[in-house]
Amino acid sequence: MIGKLDIVTLQQIWWILCSVVGSLFLFLTFVQGGQTLLWQVAKDDREKALIINSLGRKWELTFTTLVLFGGALFAAFPKFYATSFGGAYWVWMLILFTFIVQAVSYEFRKKPNNLLGEKTYELFLLINGSVGILLIGAAVGTFFTGSNFTLNEYNQVTWTNSLRGVEAAFSLFNLSLGLFLVLNARVLGAMYLVNNISFKGAKELEVRIRKSCLTSFLLSLPFLLYVIVMLVMMDGFATDQNGAVAIVAHKYLNNLLAMPLVDVLLLAGLFLVILGVTRTGLSNATTGIWFGGLGTVLVGLAIFCLAGFNNTPFYPSKVDLQSSLTIYNASSSHYTLTAMTYVALFIPGVLAYVAYVWRQMDSRKIDAQDLADKKAY
Amino acid sequence: MNEIDLGTVNWARAQFTLTAMYHWLFVPITLGLSFLCAFFESIYVRTGKEEWKRLTRFWMTLFGINFSIGIATGIILEFQFGTNWSNYSWMVGDIFGAPLAIEGIFAFFIEATFFAVMFFGWERTSKGFHLFSTWMVAIGSNLSALWILVANAWMQNPVGMAFNPDTARYEMQNILEVIFSPTAMSKFTHATSSSFVVGALFVISISSFYLLRKKHVEMAKKSIIVASVFGLLAGLFTAFTGDESAYDNASSQPMKLAAYEGLYEGSRGTSIVAFGILNRGWKVDDGKSPFAFEVSIPYGLSLFAKRELNGFVPGMKDLIYGNQAEGIMPVAEKMQKGKAAIADLAAYKAAGKAGDEAGRTAALTRFKTNQEYLGFGYLSRPEEVVPPVATTYYSFHFMVYVGTAVIFLFVFFLMSAAKDRLTENRWLLRAGVISFFLVYLASELGWVVAEVGRQPWAIQDMLPVKMASTNIVAGNVQTTFVMFFVLFAILLLAEIKIMLKQINIGPEGA
Ligand code: HDD
Ligand code: HEM
Ligand code: HEM
Repeated sequence: MIGKLDIVTLQQIWWILCSVVGSLFLFLTFVQGGQTLLWQVAKDDREKALIINSLGRKWELTFTTLVLFGGALFAAFPKFYATSFGGAYWVWMLILFTFIVQAVSYEFRKKPNNLLGEKTYELFLLINGSVGILLIGAAVGTFFTGSNFTLNEYNQVTWTNSLRGVEAAFSLFNLSLGLFLVLNARVLGAMYLVNNISFKGAKELEVRIRKSCLTSFLLSLPFLLYVIVMLVMMDGFATDQNGAVAIVAHKYLNNLLAMPLVDVLLLAGLFLVILGVTRTGLSNATTGIWFGGLGTVLVGLAIFCLAGFNNTPFYPSKVDLQSSLTIYNASSSHYTLTAMTYVALFIPGVLAYVAYVWRQMDSRKIDAQDLADKKAY
Repeated sequence: MNEIDLGTVNWARAQFTLTAMYHWLFVPITLGLSFLCAFFESIYVRTGKEEWKRLTRFWMTLFGINFSIGIATGIILEFQFGTNWSNYSWMVGDIFGAPLAIEGIFAFFIEATFFAVMFFGWERTSKGFHLFSTWMVAIGSNLSALWILVANAWMQNPVGMAFNPDTARYEMQNILEVIFSPTAMSKFTHATSSSFVVGALFVISISSFYLLRKKHVEMAKKSIIVASVFGLLAGLFTAFTGDESAYDNASSQPMKLAAYEGLYEGSRGTSIVAFGILNRGWKVDDGKSPFAFEVSIPYGLSLFAKRELNGFVPGMKDLIYGNQAEGIMPVAEKMQKGKAAIADLAAYKAAGKAGDEAGRTAALTRFKTNQEYLGFGYLSRPEEVVPPVATTYYSFHFMVYVGTAVIFLFVFFLMSAAKDRLTENRWLLRAGVISFFLVYLASELGWVVAEVGRQPWAIQDMLPVKMASTNIVAGNVQTTFVMFFVLFAILLLAEIKIMLKQINIGPEGA
C-alpha cells in the first residue's frame, strides 16, 4: 500500500512525522524546564538531589528525540538540513554546545574528583535549559519570519548575514517564541516533578514547585499572546500554483481559516495546558503533566502545520523569496520517502516500549531510598 | 559553482577529525564493555552470588561514566554533516540521511530507554527484566554501530544510487543494496569485533592493575577470565574481518589498499611487505617505490587481497597513470571525461532555462556517456588521487601488529588463569595494563586507515572533499574548532579524573 502512495502524499506524511517528533521533543523539554527550576525551588542538597535524580532518569529521552528530529529531517528534507544547518551555522552550533555540556552533567556532577565542581555542572544544566531552548525557539520562529539565505542553481546555500543565524534571536517575534518555550518548559518541568517525586518529608519543596508552575505559566502568557497576535496579523510567505513565492498579507490568518483542524489542535492544546496548570498549581493532583504534555504536543503540531501546509514555504528566505523551501521542493526522492515510510511503521512499537519501560520505572516515586543508592546522581 | 575556500575545507576536516576521533575514544569501550556487563550480570542471575552482582555494578559504574560522554560527543557528529558539509548533505542526503534516521529509530531509543533501567532499575524492576535491559543496552549500542557504519561504508563504496541531473544530486535506487553492501558488512563486523577487543582489554587492564597492587584479588581474577574468553574470540574474529575489509578494499578502493600496503607498481603474484620503513620525503611523482627498507613475503598481497596467488593487485602507479594490459584507465583521462560531464550538465541546465528542448536532450545524452567520471572533473592533478601514504601505511601496520599480538596475550592470560598463576605472572599483568593503551591506539588508527586512506574523496570517485563543504568564512569554522578543542579537552580531563577515582575506590565501594 505504501508503495503506491504518490510523492505529494509522502511529502505531507513526512512533514507530519517530523512535526510529531518535534512536538514530542517540546513535551520532553520538561527536563530542560526542570533544570532551570532547580535553582529556585531546591533549597538544600537533598531537595536538589531529588530533582536531579528525577530528571536524570529522563534526560536521555529528550536528547535522543532531538537527535531523531535532526535525523528525520535529514532523511526526509535534506535540502532543509543542508540549508539550515549549514546556513544558520551559529545558532545550531550554540544549541549543540548547550546539549553537549548537558549530557555529561548528570553523570559527572556528584562524582568525586570531577574537575569542575558541582556548581559548574549545575550551571551547564541551567544554560542548556535556558539558552538552549531559547535558541531552539528562535530557530523555529524563522519558519514564520524568514531567514537570510539564497540558493544557487546547484542548491548551494549562501547566508547573507554574518551572524549566521544568531540574528534570528533579535526579532521580537522569534525572541518571544523562544521565551515562551523556555517558560513552557518550566511549566512542564514543574508538572513532571510533582508527578515523579515522593514528597514525604519534603512538603515545602512540593509547595514551591507547584507555585512555580503557576508563576511560570503566568509569565509565559504575554509572550504567548504576542506570538499569537502577531501570527494573526503578520504578512507571510505563500507559494502559487507554479511554486513562485510571494509575500501575502495575513498569510497565517488565512492558514488558520483554511485549516480548521489546525485551529482545533491549537485550541485543544492550549486548553489542555491550562488544565494541566490548574491541576498542578491549584490542586493537589499529580497528573497535570499528562494534560500539559499532550497539550504541548498538540500546540506544537499546530505550529508545524501552520508553517508547512496550505501552500506555505516552511523555511522562507527573506532576501530571495524564490530560494524559500517548501515541503515539496526540499524533500527526498519518491523512492527514499517510500522506503523511510516503511521504516516509520516501527515508530509506534518504539513508543510502546518506551512507555512500558517508563511505567515500570515510575511505578514507585523517587524517594530517599533512591538517593542513598551509590549510582544516584 | 561557488569559489572553494580551502581554509574552510581544511578547518572543517580538522573539526571532523577532532570530533570523530574524540567520539571514538568512548565508543569502543561502550560497545565492548556493554556486552561484558551483560555477561557478568548473566552469571550473577544464574548463580545468585552477591559477589558477581558487586562486580557487575562496579563495571557498570565505569560504563556509565564513559557512556554519558560518548553521547555528548555523538550529537555533534550527527549535526556536523549539516553545519560543515552542507553541499555534501544536499548532494547525497537522499541516500545518506536514511541510515542516520534509522539509527535514531532503531538503536538510540533502545540505548536511551534501557540505560535508565540498567542504572536505576536494580530495586525497581525484577531481576529478569533488569538483565534483559542490560542486554538491550549492549544490543542497542551495537545496532547503532551497524547503521552509522552503513552510512560510512556507503561513502567508501557508493552503491544503490543514481545521479539525477534535474536536481543535480544523487538519489537512492535500492536501500537493501545500501544496507547489505559488502563494504558495510565488513566494516560493521570489523569495527564491532575490534571494539570488543578494546572493551575486553579495558577490563583486563584495570584488573591487572589491581592484581599488581594485590587489591580486589578475587574480583579481578573473575573479571580477567571472562574478559579473556570474550577477547580471544573477538580478537580472532577481528583478524578475520580485517582481512575481509582488505579484500573488499581491493575491489572498491584499490588506491587505499595500495597506499596502506605501500605498493607502487602492481603485478601478478605481488609480494606483501611484512615489515618496511618508508623513505622520508618520498612523493608519488618520484616514479619509484616508497620503501627505504623492506622485508617481503612472496605472493602475500595477491593472496591477501585477491585470494589467488597470481591475482593482479594494482599499485599507485597503475592507478594514476593507467595500465592498459589490466584495463585500468589513467586518471588524466577520467578527469577529461569528468570535465566534459560538468560542462554538459551546465549546458543541460542552461538549455532548460532557455526552453531549448533539443539542446537539453543533446546535452543530457552527452552527459550520460561521461557521468560516472563526474567527480574526477573537480580534480586539478592526476596525482591528487593518492592519499597520504606514510600516515595510512604506518597506521595500518601498527593496527595489524597489535591485533596479532593481543590474540597471544589473551591466550597467555587464559593459560595462566587455568594454572591459577595469575597473581604470580607479574610480567603478564604488566603487559595486560599496557596492552589496553596499545589496542586503543590501534582502534583509532584503524579509522585513520579508513578515512585518510580514502582522501581526496568524501565519496569514493564521486565527490572530492573540497567540493563537499559549506560556503562559510573559514574563521567561523576555526572558532568552533577551537571551542570544541577546549571544551573537549576539559571534559576529557574531567572524565579521566573521575574514572581514575572510581578505579581507586574499587568494587568494594560500589
Ligand atoms: C561503530 C560505532 C559508532 C560510530 C562509527 C559512531 N558512533 Fe555515535 N555512538 C555509538 C556508536 C558509534 C554508540 C556506541 O552507540 C554511542 C557511543 C556512546 C553511546 O552512548 O552511544 C554513540 C552515540 C551517538 C549519539 C548520541 C545518541 C543518543 O542520543 O543516545 C549520536 C547522535 C551519534 N553517536 C552520532 C554519530 C555520528 C553522526 C557518527 C559518524 C559520523 C557516529 N556517531 C560514529
Ligand atoms: C568514529 C569513528 C570515525 C573516525 C575516528 C573517523 C575519522 C576520520 C578522520 C581521521 C577524518 C579526516 C580525514 C582527513 O581529512 O584527512 C575523517 C573525515 C571524515 N569522515 Fe570519518 N571517521 C569516523 C566515522 C565516520 C563516519 C561513521 C562517517 C560517516 C557516516 C564519517 C564521515 C567523514 C566525513 C564526512 C569526513 C570529512 C571529509 C574528509 O575530510 O574526509 N566518518 N574521519
Ligand atoms: C589483526 C589484523 C587486522 C587487520 C588485517 C585489519 C584490517 C583493517 C583494514 C583493511 C581496515 C580498513 C577498512 C576500510 O577502510 O574499509 C581496518 C579498519 C579498522 N580497523 Fe582493523 N585490522 C586488524 C586489527 C584491528 C585491531 C586489533 C583493531 C582495534 C582494536 C582494529 C580497528 C579498526 C578500526 C576501528 C577500523 C576502522 C573501521 C573500519 O573501516 O572497519 N583493527 N582494519
